[in-house]
Amino acid sequence: MRLSLAAVSASEPTRPDTAQLFATCIVDSFYPQVGSAVVDVLEAQGVSVEFPEDQTCCGQPAFNAGHRDEARAMAAHTVEVLDATNGPIVVPSGSCAAMIIDHYEDLLADDERLSAAARRVAGRVREFTQFIVDDLGLDGLEASTRGAVTFHPSCHGLRHLGLAGYGERVLDHVGVERKPLEAAEECCGFGGLFAVEMPEVSGDLMNTKIDHVEATGAETLVGYDMSCLMHLAGGMHRRGTRIEVRHIAEILADGDTP
Amino acid sequence: MTSAASTFAERGAAEVGSDKAKAIGDGARHLIEKRGAALEDYPAMDAMRDRAREIRLHTLANLDAYLSRFADSVEAAGGSVFFAADAAEANDYILRVAEAGRAERVVKSKSMVTEEIELNTALEADGRTVVETDLGEFIVQLSGDRPSHIVAPVLHWTRQQVGRLFADKLGVPYTEEPTELNQVARTHLRRIFLEADMGVSGVNFGAASTGTIAVVTNEGNGRLTTTAPRIHVAVMGMERVVPTLEDVGVMLEVLGRSATGQPLTTYTNLVTGPRRSGDPDGPDELHVVILDNGRSAVLGDDVSEVLACIRCGACMNVCPVYRSVGGHAYGDIYPGPIGAVLSPVLFGLEGREQLPYACTLCGACLEVCPVRIDLPRMLINLRERVADDNSAFSWLNVPLTAYEKAATHPVAWRAAVGGASLAGKARRSGWFGRLPGPGKAWTTVRDLPAPARRSFRSWWRKHHGA
Repeated sequence: MRLSLAAVSASEPTRPDTAQLFATCIVDSFYPQVGSAVVDVLEAQGVSVEFPEDQTCCGQPAFNAGHRDEARAMAAHTVEVLDATNGPIVVPSGSCAAMIIDHYEDLLADDERLSAAARRVAGRVREFTQFIVDDLGLDGLEASTRGAVTFHPSCHGLRHLGLAGYGERVLDHVGVERKPLEAAEECCGFGGLFAVEMPEVSGDLMNTKIDHVEATGAETLVGYDMSCLMHLAGGMHRRGTRIEVRHIAEILADGDTP
Repeated sequence: MTSAASTFAERGAAEVGSDKAKAIGDGARHLIEKRGAALEDYPAMDAMRDRAREIRLHTLANLDAYLSRFADSVEAAGGSVFFAADAAEANDYILRVAEAGRAERVVKSKSMVTEEIELNTALEADGRTVVETDLGEFIVQLSGDRPSHIVAPVLHWTRQQVGRLFADKLGVPYTEEPTELNQVARTHLRRIFLEADMGVSGVNFGAASTGTIAVVTNEGNGRLTTTAPRIHVAVMGMERVVPTLEDVGVMLEVLGRSATGQPLTTYTNLVTGPRRSGDPDGPDELHVVILDNGRSAVLGDDVSEVLACIRCGACMNVCPVYRSVGGHAYGDIYPGPIGAVLSPVLFGLEGREQLPYACTLCGACLEVCPVRIDLPRMLINLRERVADDNSAFSWLNVPLTAYEKAATHPVAWRAAVGGASLAGKARRSGWFGRLPGPGKAWTTVRDLPAPARRSFRSWWRKHHGA
């Protein structure tokens, strides 16, 4: 699933007035301020937000572990919850969005009703930055942050969803000072359970990424995947690096955080 | 091939940060940068990759027919063909050829498939001498080391190390100048080439329509190996056939660029049969050994596309894990993402349960693969096989299973989120340092943020809830 910026801006999309928020498990428990920032930004853009409360986890950890049956059960649950709603489904994570878009229909292929629902849901899912750029447009967006940032494009958004340049474009549009990140497209080493299955290797990649982040001189590291950012924040805290970690929605929100 | 008793995670942890791993990481980055530069001058690459993929998948779908045609063509050109079901059959045949031809001295050009069947060991056990003539493989053989990369076997060596090895083993004055080191090897090998009875090469591609085998090198040693000795034995993985010579041309367009950023390698040998009357040179005998060794068993299953691989090494050059741990951590001769799929498939999952997990699923390999093999997807497929008996990371089973169960029961899930918030409230610093139990692995290299004191869903209820 790849959308080019040119192709999208050529057609005039209908601006949605309601969106569902699929917050992701990490945002729910660890980074609620990201969820509320997404709500802030969307509401400020005139989109009313709904949060289906039976949502849990997209199943990516199970799927990537090779636990296909469990991933199928989690996909089925998520599809049931989301298919009962309307409008675009905004996900503040490239990898969770990619999980739903790339794998649900195949996982649920044995059940005709569920696989049809999975296809409908996948067609409605948007990673947050993608939703901003492709569905809402950049007009009216403002930055709430002062100080220089640097942007890490997480792998799933970058390569699975084809979001190269999206985050940078949003940041540049709102006039945040953005420092280029060396080897930005290299994996940070998180990799889901990889982070705990092979911590030394994961940590080596993490430290390479943090070296590059530190070299930018930025005060804030911005991304669109809190799982990668949690891993990097943990690494920077261990190292004593004083660089803030923020989801891109937090840069755009006006600060009503829990 | 036997895998080491240790696990990938253990071997990887031991390699991380070593001089060897750093040399490999730098070398791999350099190779992928050269690929990128080559592609800037070649806008047709994407279309050519599609064409190459089409050729490879078409051939694999009709492999029996193309192999039989290839064998007929080789024989029509005067060569002999032997189908080897496994490494033992291949080695046995090659030993018989050597015996019949009284070949005592064997030279080899670089070939991963002969590494796979451990041909050198078999030849030496039979009392014959074998000399590797690819510079990298020569260094590996001279030092008793192992290759760390399928295209650049000594990516983990520095030129200073090579200089010391040559001074020590070949009795030449120490030098670390690459051209001088090259010349030392050339001079040493030239005499060996001229005295060799048998040359063993791999096969990059075989053209079914003509029986032509393509062998590419950058040092010219492939040409000497295939022409100077009386007997030429070419060992080919059974998947290396393509329909026509024109198709070989397409494969060469993408191979060199992907591997080393070269539009073409310095030498491209196209060998059709042994020496014909009137030919100025060439071997009296040509034997093509077509190796199965687990390949046919893969055809038709969910990882069969791995047989489309043309061994360019781009996937390992771009792989963050390979760059971090190097090639040896993979335990077999095929490292990197392709090895993480290929080795378990060809040599068995047992003892290699962690290889499919040696990947962050970043997708960089798929992005550079000249034939667009979806390696991340195949690694997941292999994980599904491993997960059947939970053999890769057994300590994760209990927490992961509990998590998976809760995720399909919203009431349990809410309770778990609530519990996490309580833990967050109790942790005033907001961080956990080194944790025991299931938190140990995470906190080996990084701290763990405490869960938020109030979850998003709790905030939502207060601010937006009905």
